[in-house]
Amino acid sequence: MIEWFTTAQVIVAVVAGALCLVLGLAGKTPNDLTLGVTAFVELLLIAQVVVSIVAPFTGNTASGSVLEFWVYLVSAVLIPPAAVLWALVDRGKWSTAILGVACLAVAVMVYRMGQIWFVQVA
Amino acid sequence: MVTMSDTGSARAVGAGRLLIAVYAVLALAATARSLFQIATKFDQAPVAYLLSALAGVVYVLATIALVRRGAFWYRVALVTIVFELVGVLVIGTLSLVDPILFPADTVWSYFGRGYLFIPLVIPVLGLIWLHRTRPAGSEG
Repeated sequence: MIEWFTTAQVIVAVVAGALCLVLGLAGKTPNDLTLGVTAFVELLLIAQVVVSIVAPFTGNTASGSVLEFWVYLVSAVLIPPAAVLWALVDRGKWSTAILGVACLAVAVMVYRMGQIWFVQVA
Repeated sequence: MVTMSDTGSARAVGAGRLLIAVYAVLALAATARSLFQIATKFDQAPVAYLLSALAGVVYVLATIALVRRGAFWYRVALVTIVFELVGVLVIGTLSLVDPILFPADTVWSYFGRGYLFIPLVIPVLGLIWLHRTRPAGSEG
């Protein structure tokens, strides 16, 4: 993991999550903006997968459990596509809120991954 | 805010969908984490980790019950959500009394603090939702 990238990723996911949640509660159905920011959150997760595969070879290893780290990362990667799929099937305002929940869940999970990698609390 | 008319016994509508999504994420988080804990450090707190796994399975069941229609699944949803509420209150209290038996990293410890207190809030929202979508003629 790269610390600044991880921090940026958490911030992006929180902002994207808050945006989708607010727009969803305001009655907006899923649109290019909300689906786009969720897709961006997913893109950063895929980048994180690449970083996490490469990092150990450059001497940047996890301080905590590598298995737990990957359980989080793989789970996180699955969440935004599930929410987007939901939003494409059901085009109601609650689907926009669900995109928000998905992004916020990713934010929490990436934060936990950061703890496992850098702080070793697990 | 919540469109509640003509929903009948269907619970997977409107705000209920958001509830189901949150339950699904919680089910995934609690189940995956407790399985990991049981696999790697079971002997540190066997009671807490087994209860955490049970909580995860009950969250999965509650998620399914919220999606399904009919009086039977309504009852399943009611029982599982009440179980979670009791669980988070009892284990939350016990974790304050005995942090060794119930360490901080399970879903119900410290009233779900490690999960942004969502395990404490979501059963209450779930019960409110069930009450508002209760089948006709049933006392939810």
